[in-house]
Amino acid sequence: MNSVHDMGGMHCYGAVVREVNEPVFHAEWERRVFGMFIGSFATGMFNIDQFRHAVERIDPAHYIESSYYEHWLEGLLTLAKEGGVLTEEELQGRMQELSMEEPQC
Amino acid sequence: MTNKKHTHPPSAVDLRVRALESLLVEKKIINPATIDTLVETYETKIGPRNGAKVVAKAWVDPAYKKRLMDDATGAIKELGFSGIQGEDMIVVENTATVHNVTVCTLCSCYPWPVLGLPPVWYKSAPYRSRIVREPRAVLEEFGVKLPKEKQIKVWDSNAELRYMVFPERPAGTENLSEAELAKLVTRDSMIGTDLLEYTG
Repeated sequence: MNSVHDMGGMHCYGAVVREVNEPVFHAEWERRVFGMFIGSFATGMFNIDQFRHAVERIDPAHYIESSYYEHWLEGLLTLAKEGGVLTEEELQGRMQELSMEEPQC
Repeated sequence: MTNKKHTHPPSAVDLRVRALESLLVEKKIINPATIDTLVETYETKIGPRNGAKVVAKAWVDPAYKKRLMDDATGAIKELGFSGIQGEDMIVVENTATVHNVTVCTLCSCYPWPVLGLPPVWYKSAPYRSRIVREPRAVLEEFGVKLPKEKQIKVWDSNAELRYMVFPERPAGTENLSEAELAKLVTRDSMIGTDLLEYTG
């Protein structure tokens, strides 16, 4: 594939920005995505090439503007759907349920 | 979120993550307790201190260094470091005439067992796009100024092969122990974006 993920040699991305004393994860949701990746990889839901292929099929505009673990999230979702593990409707339904559980304040 | 309301709806991403996890748990694809243990392992146990031990050992033990150069995966495993994203390793040696630096232009391939999970900059568009086109300029941004005559080799990692840089042993460290040497080795020196020095 030759798409936006294949960044070697591209121009215009600017300076490399580094973070001092960077934590391994920047948010709880990143930890969970990483954990789900390792967990579902270990159970054979996908292999590493399938995962990369799923990430490389992310909409190019979204790929550029989203963060690294969002790529992983979308990759996992694609593989889960394609593997028959879940459907988009189930995902939307569960999101709806979870959003109702949020504490009010 | 700057728009404060009476309720704090979760961010769209957070909600998607929790929905996915909830469904994967329900369908018994993953086990939340296992996930917690795995994540904690990568946060606290697997990191660049592993790679530093490999480098220090190779500095003091020529036979080990030879094994590391001939069969990096096997030599690294001797110290107990192996597993996902480290199945096939190649160690590239910095010398007086060659400086090595690693990248994954396609995404984020990185030798987890020896370096842990990669920093954000390693996975970022600027590093991935530029290090292969203008390595000298990028290295200078990291404070690594190399003489013009020094050759730079950029190694593009992939899903099959992971590279680790074997940094040069700093001058003045002849009397240091292996453990003391390991403390000098930085993560970035094993990516190739740092040069080691010993100030005593």
